[in-house]
Amino acid sequence: MKIVQIDKNQWTSGIEKLNEGHRVFAPVKNKLFHDFKALEKDEKPDFDFKNTRLSPKSIVYPQSEILFRFSLDQKSDEYRILKENEKDQTPRAIIGIRPCDAYSFQLVKRNFDTPEYQDPYWLKAYQNSIFIAMACNEPCSTCFCTSAGTGPFDEKGLDALVVDAGDHYLAKVLTEKAEKLFEAAGWTSAAEKGAQSRIEELQSTAESRISTEIGTDKLKNQKMLDLYEAPFWEEIAFSCINCGTCTYVCPTCWCFDIQDETSGKSGVRIRNWDSCMYPLFSLHASGHNPRGSKVDRVRQRFMHKLKYYVDKYDKGIQCVGCGRCVQMCPVNIDIRRVCNMMNSYDPESCVCEVTSA
Amino acid sequence: MQNPYYPYPVRIDEIITETEDKSLKTFKFVFLDPKDEERFAYRAGQFAELSIPGLGEIPIGIASSPTEKGFVKFTIFKTGKVTSYLHSMKEGDIMGIRGPLGHPFPWETLEGKNVVIIGGGFAFTTLRSSIVYMIDPANREKFKDIHVVYGARTPGMLLYKEELEAWAERDDLNMHITVDGTDDPDWKHHKGFVPAVTEQEAPNADDDTYAIVCGPPIMIKFTQPVLENLGYKHDHIIMSLENRMKCGVGMCGHCNIGKDLVCKDGPVFTLDQLNEMPKEY
Repeated sequence: MKIVQIDKNQWTSGIEKLNEGHRVFAPVKNKLFHDFKALEKDEKPDFDFKNTRLSPKSIVYPQSEILFRFSLDQKSDEYRILKENEKDQTPRAIIGIRPCDAYSFQLVKRNFDTPEYQDPYWLKAYQNSIFIAMACNEPCSTCFCTSAGTGPFDEKGLDALVVDAGDHYLAKVLTEKAEKLFEAAGWTSAAEKGAQSRIEELQSTAESRISTEIGTDKLKNQKMLDLYEAPFWEEIAFSCINCGTCTYVCPTCWCFDIQDETSGKSGVRIRNWDSCMYPLFSLHASGHNPRGSKVDRVRQRFMHKLKYYVDKYDKGIQCVGCGRCVQMCPVNIDIRRVCNMMNSYDPESCVCEVTSA
Repeated sequence: MQNPYYPYPVRIDEIITETEDKSLKTFKFVFLDPKDEERFAYRAGQFAELSIPGLGEIPIGIASSPTEKGFVKFTIFKTGKVTSYLHSMKEGDIMGIRGPLGHPFPWETLEGKNVVIIGGGFAFTTLRSSIVYMIDPANREKFKDIHVVYGARTPGMLLYKEELEAWAERDDLNMHITVDGTDDPDWKHHKGFVPAVTEQEAPNADDDTYAIVCGPPIMIKFTQPVLENLGYKHDHIIMSLENRMKCGVGMCGHCNIGKDLVCKDGPVFTLDQLNEMPKEY
């Protein structure tokens, strides 16, 4: 691993250079918020941001994605035969992603890349991506990454970590892939001695600014049915309006729907993000719905992230602590509070520690 | 990388209307590319996604048996968008099949054992597959006694009527066909609900006897205590579940029950396993 120093002009010109052979995705200011998007020619990214409003999961996993195309022309030899939809496989450089969001891809990969089946759309896009993260010097008040398995300077799943050191950037180049990219961008000046300790200093300051944490240590040993039948779900779900915002902004929510859309004599099979907050998600054709009530659905979301995932993979929770769902929930449901209630739940005494996160 | 979302193109070879109310039809499909039939090697108890480009996909249990070659068969209840359209399709039409998906019944465990099959209504499709598989001359000696309890509301609502009658004639299979009621004076099988006939006809439990139960929720609810009274342990009662599905390969998240996905971890579970899962099915 080497540390490179990039001055701020070089940073901007480097990104412009990269936009030639890559599709560069970076935060761009959009009215009051920042969004990750593929930079158009001459479009300027803006790194003066805490985090983007939506998570960058859509770079690898678009909200709507065409899987196949087909003809509905009865005279055609290809009537109702599915054809692969050609994808843009240009390498993607994801620049300025926050470490927590980058780490989310590691969690989601367990769903899309399994021993039995591989999702070719997610996996190819992921393999074509290079993750150049921007460390968080100033985390938000809703961040709890440090107790969710990651952190403001976490390097898991990254190709490089860029740190804003005031008048210049310091970048830890972590993979060969990143080394080549940095060369292409012209970011090659070795940092002066002391860069490592400067980064460490910024890191400990950032970590100390994260003021809330969740307890996850007891989740694994809790009995699943105990948590499922815990008395607190009614209360947690009471104010929920099942809007699904939490699932759309979440970097680790991966559920999807598959639909066919037709227009004239052709059609596409597409997949769209779906949300377990909606009754239609689990509705049978018979009219029966295994998760027919709001409480069932709220419980499903938290149980999936904080218990089912924990049990299934034994790699911690399905949450990176980005805090988007906490910020965006219109009725202030807070996953930190729910997680602590689940973690500290004692079915014997039936008393749970209620913390104000 | 194999694309698990890509269905094999098939042609509808034959359509049979199964029930008097015409709500159930059996579709026999032939693969356009014979090599796809080999790729679709399946076992009894598995399911597939039937795909009609322009309408969508539906998960349906495979009704044919792996011992039947040259085609695959599915029996489909007309209920939603895709199944309604399918019921209007004609022999010769082209569509797709994706699979086989999910786990079959536990055939390694069932070999050398007595098998009691209990089915009701139209949840008899993968059970038909299982029966045809077990009574195939190459397989029959792998199993000890086979009992089948199968019921429908009326004689006209039974699936696979000709086969049922042929099986009833066999001496290596104990068939117990029943209907809730009928005014047919010539009806020669049972009258009564499946749980009651099970109580009367199913063998007592022992370590070598397994029950496979598929049917509407109400039938399952009342059959379970009957099997318990007969001494069946929960790990000897095998069931097949359904939930809303999309991908069929464990990725889309729709069909989960707790940490298990009905499509990939099921659809076959023992009652023992189901006892440890939330009742979200």
